[in-house]
Parts: sequence; C-alpha cells; structure tokens
Amino acid sequence: MSSKKTIAIIGNPNSGKTTLFNRLTGSNQHVGNWPGVTVDRKTGHICHDGVGIDIVDLPGIYSLSPYTQEEIIAREFVLSDELDGILNIVDAANIERNLYLTLQLIALGLPMVVALGFMDDVRAQGIEIDCDALSERLGVPVVPISAKKGENMHNLLDGLAHHMRAPDKQPPYLHGVGAAIRRAAEQLSPLPLRQCSLPFYAAKLLEGDSVMWKQMDKLNMPQKMRDEINSIAAGMQSHANLTDKEMVLADALYDYIEEVVRAAYKRPKVHKATLTERIDKIVLHRVWALPIFAFFMFLMFWCTFGPIGSFLGNGMEYLIQSIISPAIRGGLTAAHTQDWLIGLICDGAIGGVGGVLSFLPQIVILFFFLSVLEDTGYLARVAFIMDTLLRRIGLSGKSFVPMLMGFGCTTPAVMAARTMENDADRRMTIMLTPFMSCGAKLPVYALVAGALFGAHQGLVVISLYVLGILMGILAGFILKKTIFKEGSSGFVLELPTYRMPSFKGTVLNMWQKAKDFITRAGTLIFLMSVVIWLLQNFTLDFSVATSAENSILGVIGTFIAPIFQPLGFGQWQESVSLLTGLVAKEAVVSTMSVLYGAGGDSAMLSGMLGTVFTPLAGYSFLVFTLLYMPCMSAFATIKREMGGWRWAFGAAAFQTVLAYLAAMVIYQVGSLFL
Amino acid sequence: MKTLNNLKPGQSGVVESITAEGALKRHFLDMGITKGVVITMERIAPFGDPVAVRLRGYSLSLRRAEAKKIVLEEHA
Repeated sequence: MSSKKTIAIIGNPNSGKTTLFNRLTGSNQHVGNWPGVTVDRKTGHICHDGVGIDIVDLPGIYSLSPYTQEEIIAREFVLSDELDGILNIVDAANIERNLYLTLQLIALGLPMVVALGFMDDVRAQGIEIDCDALSERLGVPVVPISAKKGENMHNLLDGLAHHMRAPDKQPPYLHGVGAAIRRAAEQLSPLPLRQCSLPFYAAKLLEGDSVMWKQMDKLNMPQKMRDEINSIAAGMQSHANLTDKEMVLADALYDYIEEVVRAAYKRPKVHKATLTERIDKIVLHRVWALPIFAFFMFLMFWCTFGPIGSFLGNGMEYLIQSIISPAIRGGLTAAHTQDWLIGLICDGAIGGVGGVLSFLPQIVILFFFLSVLEDTGYLARVAFIMDTLLRRIGLSGKSFVPMLMGFGCTTPAVMAARTMENDADRRMTIMLTPFMSCGAKLPVYALVAGALFGAHQGLVVISLYVLGILMGILAGFILKKTIFKEGSSGFVLELPTYRMPSFKGTVLNMWQKAKDFITRAGTLIFLMSVVIWLLQNFTLDFSVATSAENSILGVIGTFIAPIFQPLGFGQWQESVSLLTGLVAKEAVVSTMSVLYGAGGDSAMLSGMLGTVFTPLAGYSFLVFTLLYMPCMSAFATIKREMGGWRWAFGAAAFQTVLAYLAAMVIYQVGSLFL
Repeated sequence: MKTLNNLKPGQSGVVESITAEGALKRHFLDMGITKGVVITMERIAPFGDPVAVRLRGYSLSLRRAEAKKIVLEEHA
C-alpha cells in the first residue's frame, strides 16, 4: 500500500536545516551559514517504506511573525492546505531559542516530528539530553540526529513515514496564557479556519499581531467575537502583571521552554568556553579583528585574481585556442566544409565561448572562498565588523555580504540581499551591488589594460575596483538623500556557531556556480557569438559583407557610435561591444575579438587595441564598462527582487547615466593634462 | 535608567523591559529577549558599534542604539 504526503521542513537559520534537507532528499542545494540562505522554495521527493513524501524546504526563520520576507513565506505556507505535516529541526546546542519556534509550530496542531540536530556537538560539550522527557513535555516525537554524519537518519525517515502525530496537547503555559489561548480558540471556531490550528490563530490575535487581525477583517469576524477576544487578552495581561500584551506571550513561551530545558537538559557543572567563544575572542578582538578580516579578503582576491587564478585561466585558454580549436578546424577542412561555416564555428562560436570559458577557473575559486566564508559562519562576523562603516552610506552590516558577492557575480549577490528585513535597505543594497566590479568584467579589464598599460596593467585594474567602490559610496549618498530618506533599519543579527564547512556542500556549491557559468557560455554566449558573427559577415540585404564596416553590425555601431564620442571611444566596434556586453559582460571581449578579426587570438587582439585606443580613451572605456547597467541576467534578477520593471529600469538608467558622466569627466579632464 | 548599552564587556544584567516598538520589538522577543533573561555583554565591534551580547546560550549582535531600548534591572 502506498500513500503520499507533503511535509515542510522548518527551523531556525543556522540550525542545519539545509544540510538535513540535502541528506534526506539528496538534492543539490547549497548549504550556507548566513541567516536566510534558502529563500527559494525547494522541494525534494523521498520514498520510505512505500510512503512517498514531498519535502518542502522553507526558509530559516526564528518565529512565525509576519515581518521578514522569510517569515511571511513560511507563515503563509504552514497555514495553507498544502501540507500534511511538519519536520521541525532544532539545534540541540542552541535549544532555548530554537524551541520558541517549535512551540509556535505545535500551536498549528499539525502532525509533526522534531529532529534534534547537532547531537555530536552537544555531546562534545558534555551536555546530556533526555529525548524522552523532551518528547513528553512537547507532546510530539523527538528524534536525535546528526545530519552531517547521517546519524539516525533511518529513525527520522521512519518517523516521517509512520510516526508523525499531531501534538497530544497544547502546552500549559504560565500566567494563565494557556487558558486564554484555549478560550480564544473556542471563540474562533465558527470561522472558516483550519480547526486544528485555532490555538495558533488565537495566540497571534491575543498578542495583537496586526497582520492576523487584518486577516480576520477579511473573514468578517463578528464584532462580538472581536470584543470577546480583546477582553480575554486584557484579562491575560493583568493576570501576568505585565504592561505589555505582546510581551506576555513571548514571556510565557520562554518560561515554558526554560521548564522543559530544566527537565530534559543536563549541562556539565563547569562551563567550558565553547570553540566558537574561543575563536571569536581572536577573530572579533578589538584590535585584531580588522587585520584578520583584511587578511582573509586579501587571500581571497589574491588566489582568485593572482597567480593561481591566472595560471588556471591561461591553461584553459591554451586548451581551447591551441588544441581544441585547431583540431576542429582541421577536422572540418578535411571534411571539405565550406569556408564560411568553418569561420562561423571556429571564429564565431569557439572564439566567443572559448574567451569566456578561460575565465571559469577564477569564478570557481571565488565561489569556493565565498562558500567557505558563508558556511563557517564568518560572514555574519564580517557584517558585525563592517556595520558602522556601511551605515554611513545608508546601508547596514548585512549589506556587506551581497556587496562582497557582487565582486563575483551580480546575480547571486542581488538574490543574497533577500536576507535583509528592511525594504529600503534591501533596495538600496540591490541598486549599489552592481557597482562592485563583477568577475565577468575582469576579462575586459585584463584585455584592454594589458594592451595599453603594459607593466602598469595591475595598477589599472586595481584602480577600477577602487573606483567602483567609490562610485558605489557616492551613489549611496545620492540615494540616501533622495529616494531612501527614512534611514537604516535595525541590525539584530545572530552570530552563529562556527561550523566546519562540509566538503560535499562546498564542492556542490562550486559545481553549481561552474555549471551556471558553463550553461550560460554554452547557450546565451554561444548564441550571441553566432549571431554577432552572422551580423558581422552579412550586409543588410543578406549578402556576404565585403568589409566589417558595411555589415549589419557595422551599420548599427556606426549609428550609435557618436554618443560615445565625448567619452573618447567613437569607433563602431566599441559601441557594438558594449551592446553585446548587456547580454553578458564577458561578451565585450569576445565581440571585440570577432570584430577586430582576431578570432580568439588574444595577442593579436591586444596589438589591434593598441592602435585604436589612446591609453586615456582605453581607461575611459573601462570606466564605462565598470559602471554601466549590469548584464541581462542581473537585470532580470533585479527586476524580480525589486518587484517591478519601473525599479529595474530606474536602477539601470541611474547606473548608465552615472557611468556616462564618470567616463566623460575622466576623458575630458584627462585630455586637459595629457 | 540602566540599559543594555551601559554594560561593559564581561558584565551581565537582567532584562526588565523593552522600549522598542513594532518590528524591532517583535524581533527582540523572538530572539529571546524577554523579562528576566540574563544578558552578558561579550564584546564591542572594532569601530565601537555594534556590540555582541550572549543570552540563552547563543551570541547576538545589535547596534548601540538598539541596545538602549533594552532596559535592565537597576540592582545587580
């Protein structure tokens, strides 16, 4: 006999939820330590003992309050009719705060299992947990596990398949809160709400949850019922002797948790400083914190863009340009393929895609570091260290992570901004992230700076990164004074326990990023390269172009080129390159390569650029490339995250105008001196 | 009025009340900052703000302006 059910996996951020989800479903999802890394809805399917289970991975939340995006997503889902049960993961090493969410979930009255995670950590600290006592007090099954080591997974699966049960009882909170919830729930019973979840609705109404009250308006709650619930709330408040009804419930929940913990949790008599406390003593030391932080950042960028990254990048380029491309050309020639087709394949497609692929090793290295920083829990410390500085430009310490990721790729960076509760902060971060020079722009810098600045090219590239940051700060000030006047939100952030990143999780993350990149190179950029090759080799009446300039592309480029005259680069090739750069920034290189007839030969392209650009014009071109609107993929992400085309086009226009002005100032002022 | 912001690293206090409103207050409560809980000041960030505190067995960082909204009991 087989059946099928849908279970939501819910837990605090950093509770090991994503690791457990991966362990259960074998899904290739990224595991992170930055609060709120799972913002998408992910589903995995498992089959155990003939029971099919769909597991929905909900975002990590501290509470079923309606404030952050994650909380809203989670709350709406657990109140919907989609799910049959809840798997609640609790970090055993941080049990008090984790059980706060558990008690709210119990109020939903749905079948439930509690997985007590990080049991190995807890045992190492000498803490004993009586799971039976815990299970008895909570009224739901409790399974101790270690998701990382796969400990007790079979029992957990058994629990999910066969032993899930609705809570035996609602906890008897102190201060008469339990009785108040019961009475309010009885009042609510005539409303069309899921009956087993009435205690949850009741509790939220009693604590004055405005979103829940609005929902009651929609259900046309009768005035009599409203008065009745308000009077129950007033009674509960006076009974608890607190002046604040919101506090009464949180107090009662935590009081009950303390009681549960006293009964089930045995700490060693002497408190030994945990590893996390000892690491933080050094890493967050008032004097050493900054040098250590600077060292990690330096290490990350040195490995990515320094000798290791460029060695691997050059190896990749050699492989494509000197081995694969000639082999294919040879094969095609031997098969008597027509010349134009060989050109299309070798110069157009392989030339374009190959130039971009040589950049793959650096992307992978960068994401390796970001993934490790994130999974260890250090990124939250980075926010702690940097908050004061970022606040000056109207951001918060939480913006640092998206900003840092912006140096890798704008698309995931914009998505990472979802962890910020305050909407103004989030929008501001999204608008400023593109100023952090993304990895795809690096090949453009390397090419142009290498061609024009010789030995000083490293300095030129660094100056571009710094300029990007400075423009970001300037843009921050502008936005703070105009659109986002309301000021920065709070900064209440957990500093999670340090954890060793799992090898599997890190590799999975790198592989995902590499796959994304290869897919993009293989589809979008492949297509672009082919289209551009065709546009370049055919004229408007679809005959073979005799020279690049009377090709279709040449005509478009010549038409828009005058716009860039004040910036110092008025040739049609540059205009076309910048246009294709909108599809993907690295395409600027491949387009130039094709347009200047270099066919992926970087030495030849370099020589060509030396003749068309003055160093100043080249620098102006790089500044424009650095600052103008992000690529389509980032643009589409910004549109999604900002919730509308108006915001996305606004952000793009803002960035492009700033880019134009900056490049023009640099070129015009520079011309006066050079 | 003594607030969390007055504590020096290593000092502890007992929460008396919260003067924050709306989402911030909710967030404080959700993170376990309730009446009677013991909070220890752990450390101050390199630039003097925010601060890191320890309560209920975990570490939390918050800005000084926010710490001022957590009132502690006078004695102790």
